[in-house]
Amino acid sequence: MNLLHLFLGFLIANLLGYGGGPASIPLMQNEIVNRYHWLTNANFANVLALGNSLPGPIATKVATYLGFQVYGWLGVLVALVATVAPSAAGLLLLSRLLAKHRQSNVIRGMTLLVQPVIAVMMLLLTIQMGKDAVSSIGILQSAVIALVAFFALVKFKVHPAFVIIAAFLYGALVLPHLS
Amino acid sequence: MVDWSRARDLSTAMLRVGVLGYGGGPAVIPLFRYEAVTRFHWLSDEEFGETLAFATALPGPVATKLSAYLGYRVLGFAGAIMAIVLNILPSSIATVILAGAFTRLYHYTVVRDMVSAVIPVITVMLAMMAYQFGERARRGLGVPLGLALMAIAFLLLWWIHVNSAIVIVLFLLYGTAHFALVRKWRTWRGNDGGQR
Repeated sequence: MNLLHLFLGFLIANLLGYGGGPASIPLMQNEIVNRYHWLTNANFANVLALGNSLPGPIATKVATYLGFQVYGWLGVLVALVATVAPSAAGLLLLSRLLAKHRQSNVIRGMTLLVQPVIAVMMLLLTIQMGKDAVSSIGILQSAVIALVAFFALVKFKVHPAFVIIAAFLYGALVLPHLS
Repeated sequence: MVDWSRARDLSTAMLRVGVLGYGGGPAVIPLFRYEAVTRFHWLSDEEFGETLAFATALPGPVATKLSAYLGYRVLGFAGAIMAIVLNILPSSIATVILAGAFTRLYHYTVVRDMVSAVIPVITVMLAMMAYQFGERARRGLGVPLGLALMAIAFLLLWWIHVNSAIVIVLFLLYGTAHFALVRKWRTWRGNDGGQR
């Protein structure tokens, strides 16, 4: 019964969540806290805090945590499948359908017209992330890190992995001495 | 036959994105793009943009949808499953291991400082991607139409807070008719010019 609830809870939260993992956080909270009472609101906030200090998609981290709490590793598997499988299958089906008609003017027009929307979506994400950065480490540190990252990525074509690792080290070694 | 070198590339890419992707699924999009387009040349930038659009128009986490598509393109259905698993494995294992200590972990300022220092890097990568897609819109649609459409998208998303999936679907719907309308407009202008 718990497994079925895990499956249904995460399935519903993610099927209704448009805009990626972060958009489905309130929906997951509704299932986890209000409907099934697996966690209190305070505990859910702690899970999010843990999720934010780890890499990877937020929805799958919440699903892993809850699945493990409720039903061990089998619970992890069920919660993850419910979170990930329907949307992944949907994208594969849709793209197979589109690949068949790639040369048609209808599909070419669709492909062209999504470019401006994606540009704007990325711009809004940039603004939001920039605000997050400034509110957590201040404008000066954010600007320094961003400037160095920009030159490393654009001018010297450094692999993003190294830039991120360098930022990590800076955060561990330098930032604690500045605040 | 399994293509082992492609399988190795796919695993490397997915693990790398899974371990380094901070800031939630959407923030990780530039990392996926780097691996798929710049590093391993699995798809063109156009196909990546198109896939991203359709991934956003569907519900659910973005990172795992992109993993599924890339895995599928590289190694078929088995590749899709492999890519999703490898992308979420590192953070899932870490979540279970650290769950007991989760309240303490985030209160270590070092951990918080490390994560915070990565956010400006992610911001720069997102800004670069915004610029590149804006550039592509300008080349494909021209400056006036490209700018007008971006302004409309900006107003809908930022000002009226329309859900991004709805905005994408609206633009896709217009896109289905775009080339037909352009042709009509050109013949109309052509006729007009002929009469004058």
